[in-house]
Amino acid sequence: SAKIVVHLHPASSNKEPGPFQSSKYSYIKLSFKEHGQIEFYRRLSEEITQRRWENLPAAQTMQVNKSPQAGRIRAVGIVGIERKLEEKRKETDKNISEAFEDLSKLMDKAKEMVELSKSIANKIKEKQGDITEDETVRFKSYLLSMGIANPVTRETYGSGTHYHMQLAKQLAGILQAPLEERGGIMSLTEVYCLVNRARGLELLSPEDLVNACKMLESLKLPLRLRVFDSGVMVIELQSHNEEEMVASALETVSEKGSLTADEFAKLVGMSVLLAKERLLLAEKMGHLCRDDSVEGLRFYPNLFMTQS
Amino acid sequence: QMSKQLDMFKTNLEEFASKHKQEIRKNPQFRVQFQDMCATIGVDPLASGKGFWSEMLGVGDFYYELGVQIIEVCLALKHRNGGLITLEELHQQVLKGRGKFAQDVSQDDLLRAIKKLKVLGNGFGIIPVGGTYLIQSVPAELNMDHTVILQLAEKKGYVTVGEIKSSLKWETERAKQVLEHLLKEGMAWLDTQAAGDPQYWLPALFTELYSQEITPEEAKEAIP
Repeated sequence: SAKIVVHLHPASSNKEPGPFQSSKYSYIKLSFKEHGQIEFYRRLSEEITQRRWENLPAAQTMQVNKSPQAGRIRAVGIVGIERKLEEKRKETDKNISEAFEDLSKLMDKAKEMVELSKSIANKIKEKQGDITEDETVRFKSYLLSMGIANPVTRETYGSGTHYHMQLAKQLAGILQAPLEERGGIMSLTEVYCLVNRARGLELLSPEDLVNACKMLESLKLPLRLRVFDSGVMVIELQSHNEEEMVASALETVSEKGSLTADEFAKLVGMSVLLAKERLLLAEKMGHLCRDDSVEGLRFYPNLFMTQS
Repeated sequence: QMSKQLDMFKTNLEEFASKHKQEIRKNPQFRVQFQDMCATIGVDPLASGKGFWSEMLGVGDFYYELGVQIIEVCLALKHRNGGLITLEELHQQVLKGRGKFAQDVSQDDLLRAIKKLKVLGNGFGIIPVGGTYLIQSVPAELNMDHTVILQLAEKKGYVTVGEIKSSLKWETERAKQVLEHLLKEGMAWLDTQAAGDPQYWLPALFTELYSQEITPEEAKEAIP
């Protein structure tokens, strides 16, 4: 990139203190990554020739100068900026300590809420049969609002609340088209990104998404959550049948002789993550064999099965 | 009984938010304090976008959006580093993607966002190495043996079987198995042309140790 080097005269003895006491360099190097150097050089040369800063009367400097040295023009620029920053810092510090105080008080109240929820949870446990479904659901939504783990089941926060039910229904609507575009299956991380990018505000937490998806099947919605052996989680259309896709995957692999997950993904137009899961499933079902070496994981049609 | 308390708390939180909402968004230090305090009393402000904390303080949106950005960066670089990336590089890339008008994001923020992403099942993990962290974003199985080797490799960006045997006192077979697994996952690259033992390099560590911005002229001079 283009560079301009500005060589500096040694500092004069009555120079005002600046941001640094001293420097081992006697020059400044300006680097222009894209462009602007020509115009900058022109203006810099002009200013250095004209030295307009030496003509500024003291009253026009950025900070009020307390020192009464007559005729001295205080070096404005960096020192002035530094002073402003210092003032701003002091004020921010004041705000922060107030904020921290308020925060502590808030946390004390929140702690009370946590204690309260524990005692309610205990009562629920004791009463067992005497608690209505409605009250349990309400309790769960209180926990959700506060971000407190369910003390009874210790399971993921606020699962099974009305909120998640609504969310599940919403998701079924939003994801229908994207799923169809992607062959009926998407990883949960893809869904997370898609949905949150579309929302812009009031985003879903990862836990919200998972909890909502867990309810898809029980709500008889046209999508379902599936967890592969590897732990990878996907959303599938109900109409999607991964086992059928395995049959077509086997055809593809047979045509090519053998394929890695990367190669398969490129051929079929899937994400590598899901391509790998499909091949693994095919292997689990006995249709493919693996060749595991440092060169990578490669799948072959399982001839042990077909050619016995 | 609880609903009354809840409403009172909500009011308290609203008051706090009206005074300090900006602080949370602009000040990474404050966020850390906030998160730590929540954790101490047993509250997870990021559990749900529907929680009070998220709705009124806006903490949720900040971290959930960060989660999206983290996922995208990891996906974009996966082909090169096999799904392992240093926290530093992730931080740099995320900041780049956010542009100059976005709020400042700290490494602590990234770690908290990543911890939340784990629940999505994509294999997100945080591996401590030499004072920093490697972030895993693929469902590859990395056990203690693998982690220890990553930590060993962190200093120079690579490791050899010989080094593993001498520092960890492992047998050759064990060292080789672990290294081969990393090779298979694309997290390590093998350099057989090194003087001495073949070197297993981790692309995840490249930028941290070896990146320099050099001009085309400097590059030309560097070639013998």
